[in-house]
Amino acid sequence: MSIDPKPNRQPEIGAFFQRDRSWHPPAFTPGYKTSVLRSPQKALLSLDNTISEITGPVFGHDMLGELDNDLIHNFAKPGESAIGERIIVYGRVLDERGKGVPGALLEFWQANAGGRYRHKKEGYIAALDPNFGGCGRTITDEDGSYAFRSIKPGPYPWPNGVNDWRPAHIHFSVFGHGFAQRLITQMYFEGDPLIWLCPIVRTIPDRAAVETLIAALDMQATIPMDARAYKFDIVLRGRRSSVFENRLEGN
Amino acid sequence: MVQSLNRLKESPSQTAGPYVHIGLTPNFCGIPGVFEKDLGTDMVNDKTMGERITVRARVLDGTGAPLRDALIEIWQADAAGLYNSPTEIRGAADPNFTGWGRKATDMVSGECLFETIKPGRVPYKPGVLMAPHITFWIVARGINLGLQTRMYFADEEQANADDPVLARIEHRSRVPTLIAARLDDVYVFDIHLQGDKETVFFDI
Ligand SMILES: [Fe+3]
Repeated sequence: MSIDPKPNRQPEIGAFFQRDRSWHPPAFTPGYKTSVLRSPQKALLSLDNTISEITGPVFGHDMLGELDNDLIHNFAKPGESAIGERIIVYGRVLDERGKGVPGALLEFWQANAGGRYRHKKEGYIAALDPNFGGCGRTITDEDGSYAFRSIKPGPYPWPNGVNDWRPAHIHFSVFGHGFAQRLITQMYFEGDPLIWLCPIVRTIPDRAAVETLIAALDMQATIPMDARAYKFDIVLRGRRSSVFENRLEGN
Repeated sequence: MVQSLNRLKESPSQTAGPYVHIGLTPNFCGIPGVFEKDLGTDMVNDKTMGERITVRARVLDGTGAPLRDALIEIWQADAAGLYNSPTEIRGAADPNFTGWGRKATDMVSGECLFETIKPGRVPYKPGVLMAPHITFWIVARGINLGLQTRMYFADEEQANADDPVLARIEHRSRVPTLIAARLDDVYVFDIHLQGDKETVFFDI
């Protein structure tokens, strides 16, 4: 972990906007059975951010390997590539004020083109692709933008109902600048009819919220004869202005 | 109509799922070679200042069974009470301490171990210190939005008694859910998702 000293950029040190918990899925969602015994039942302790949540680790571009943002090749044998529909996923990480978030670490993981994960607890009969690991990462640029290459993951069945299928999706983990912004979510693909049937998608109460997780096919960002493109923007909590607040300096 | 505030909504959370390790600790789950080392494995090195400690954490479900597919991240100040973050404006933190750790819980025992140091105290607001604590973030299959909580230290009785965050807990019988017991150099912290011993989680 290295920290990029940007002397001309004053760090923002305000507390984050209160999280809108009615926009996120509640903890207890019986349609997604595993949540039943893993959901806290008591009220959360509401607290304005302290310095323990306003701060957070930041990651430098120098930690990235050349193929970290290329899931087609980062696990493949030399000269080979993963099987599947070649795609580019790109977008921006923004905060709730609409500002790009530079230096955000994005980590992503997904099933292969057949819907199979490379994991010892995975039980689906679809074949493993020997050239596909399923993980990658990148760090956003100055304006919050990012991009990576992959193959389109397949949908897969999972033990919840007897016939529940996950829509094709990519899992994302996001680090902004404060530990209170820490977020894990999933990206879905435009036009997938399984989205609206999925018990995990349906943990989100508001259809408009679900729609913000559906990446749009962007035929202007494709590479002809190579890969189609999907645009996926991610929004992290915004910060309050600290101009009128007591600062913690000198304590 | 009035003017628009032009705010965006935070992206809604979705569960990390059962395969979170593929993305966040690939070497741990048998995907070597993509990243040299899993991020967050090492918090300290031989030059790190402060008292070395081990934190042994588990996450237990509503039946009391430990989760064997959880992922825990911790974030803490250095021995002098400074965070290794660009947002830390009070001074420069120990460059040999990252302050951030990430561990998957063991697939058999459900335990994970963080090798770290005891954090110093940090301010709550000017003139008011919090007791030493470590911030926890917990994700797993079945958890729809990452859970935030804190671990305090049982051997900091006076500081804990004065802590302004612990003071906010209305039901005093729940305060001990945030306090890790010390066994030799190991602090033991069990996070209960439900039940009589349900841990106090934060909306922060
Ligand atoms: Fe998945």
